[in-house]
Amino acid sequence: MRRTVFPHKLLPWLLLAPQLAITLIFFYWPAAQAFRQSMLREDAFGLKTTFVGLANFRKVLADPAYLNALQVTVLFSALVAFFAMGIALFLAVQAEKVIRGKGFYRTLMIWPYAVAPAVAGMLWLFMFNPSFGTLAWPLRQMGVNWNPLLNSTHAMILVVAAAVWKQISYNFLFFVAGLQAIPRSLIEAAAIDGASRRHAFWTIVFPLLTPTTFFLLVVNTVYALFDTFGIIHAVTGGGPGKATETLVYKVYNDGFVNLIMGDSAAQSVILMVIVILLTAFQFRYIERRVHYG
Amino acid sequence: MAEASPFAARGAGRLVAHFWMILGVIVVAFPVYYVFIASTHTTQTILRPPLPLLPGPEAVRNYQDAFSGGISKIGGVSLWRLLANTTIVAMGIALGKIAISMASAYAIVFFRFPLRMACFWLIFITLMLPVEVRIQPTYKVMVDLGLIDTYPGLILPLIASATATLLFRQFFMTIPDELLEAARVDGAGPWRFFKDILWPLSLTNVAAIFVIQFIYGWTQYLWPLLVTNSNEMNTIVIALKKMISFADADTPWNLVMVTSVLAILPPILVVVLMQRWFVKGLVETEK
Repeated sequence: MRRTVFPHKLLPWLLLAPQLAITLIFFYWPAAQAFRQSMLREDAFGLKTTFVGLANFRKVLADPAYLNALQVTVLFSALVAFFAMGIALFLAVQAEKVIRGKGFYRTLMIWPYAVAPAVAGMLWLFMFNPSFGTLAWPLRQMGVNWNPLLNSTHAMILVVAAAVWKQISYNFLFFVAGLQAIPRSLIEAAAIDGASRRHAFWTIVFPLLTPTTFFLLVVNTVYALFDTFGIIHAVTGGGPGKATETLVYKVYNDGFVNLIMGDSAAQSVILMVIVILLTAFQFRYIERRVHYG
Repeated sequence: MAEASPFAARGAGRLVAHFWMILGVIVVAFPVYYVFIASTHTTQTILRPPLPLLPGPEAVRNYQDAFSGGISKIGGVSLWRLLANTTIVAMGIALGKIAISMASAYAIVFFRFPLRMACFWLIFITLMLPVEVRIQPTYKVMVDLGLIDTYPGLILPLIASATATLLFRQFFMTIPDELLEAARVDGAGPWRFFKDILWPLSLTNVAAIFVIQFIYGWTQYLWPLLVTNSNEMNTIVIALKKMISFADADTPWNLVMVTSVLAILPPILVVVLMQRWFVKGLVETEK
């Protein structure tokens, strides 16, 4: 706790005012509206709204399209988190093995961080476009009937690839930092004991990376849930069919394209609950890590 | 140069590591390289795969064409305007965030007033309310305030995020009490203390947050998609998406590729040139 502070009483409120104003107008008010609207239903002409309690939630949770979006989201997030973290960890370990050229590799590695998710999706669509994509061409030559615009598995592969590509940079930087934070005495002791590198990695290094891995798991899940909207909107538009329609995409689609407000609001509230659980999990975990430190 | 990493491999092991790194870098950089190459060829070449692996002869013509009205014909808005819009939005978000979150962190750390912690929590909880989960009602607020198709509409809702406030608060708390005591003995008020002592000490953090938030602003998608109707107010990412979704046989793909390159290049330059602060800021502050 700080002992010395400035004695002013009004000034701190003036300093806080801009942030509080924006927070109240653009965060709390809309969030409250989402809660209110999630319990209302409009009639077909938008003339009359009635209070329906939890009916919207029951309707959403019983809707096969919503359950499909939930399934797509779980699959998509799991694939993205697994590959984005796996590839980044592998490359981070390789980067620590080399002596020259580290800075050069890192500089090239961080590019995708700066690319907008939607643009990342478009880049992959350019390369794998069935009509003129340079990388789709060899696939078709090999007899694969590659068409991400019609085939749902191909569409999923393409959006996962773009989402993974974009996130590798971020994970790579954190894994490198995590590896560098491991006390060198531990690594050297393992080497003296004659442990093979592979053995030392799985028994010493990987367990010591757990805090980084857990942190990244939460970040990657949140990324896959929310930030990939641009990729999906730009590449597949949720299709073909509803093969790549995630929860966030559905909220957008129901709220802005299909204009079903009550359903969209109920979905928003469910998403808020998911984010709150994830954030709580993250902070609980970080709290525990502090005690280890 | 620091001591070699304890993981450093010898002999063949190191060569294998280089092999994997080069492969990784190629995969990571290829999409960006590919679109750059495509931007230097004619539409006919682009439409006939596979694309050559080296830049073509059309670079100068494509870029000239794109800047002097070629994009206006397909997107209804000039490339200059798109770049200006996106720069205004990205700078507005980055600088706005730094300003308001520094001010609120300063208030919370260096003053005592009723409801201080309540204010902190009020800001902190917004971490859990990303714009994606409250799209529709936030959009309605924008309509009610008449902020559709305006720069404030694109910027304001995105500048209040808890992360920057938390980072500055964390950093301000590491400032030793003695420094503030000494400043007060010398008769420094809140403004003098901030300007002469705190701001110079914060510069590295400010640089790191600037990079992260500039990228955040430049790469926004959902929000500009919702609050801009007129082409004139589009950011370059949205304009690019529109060009592609109206793609038909006549789409000048060479100009689309030029637009893609320009949508990617500025944020990459910022990250690469400010790499030192960016990496430090990202890894040290986001935990």
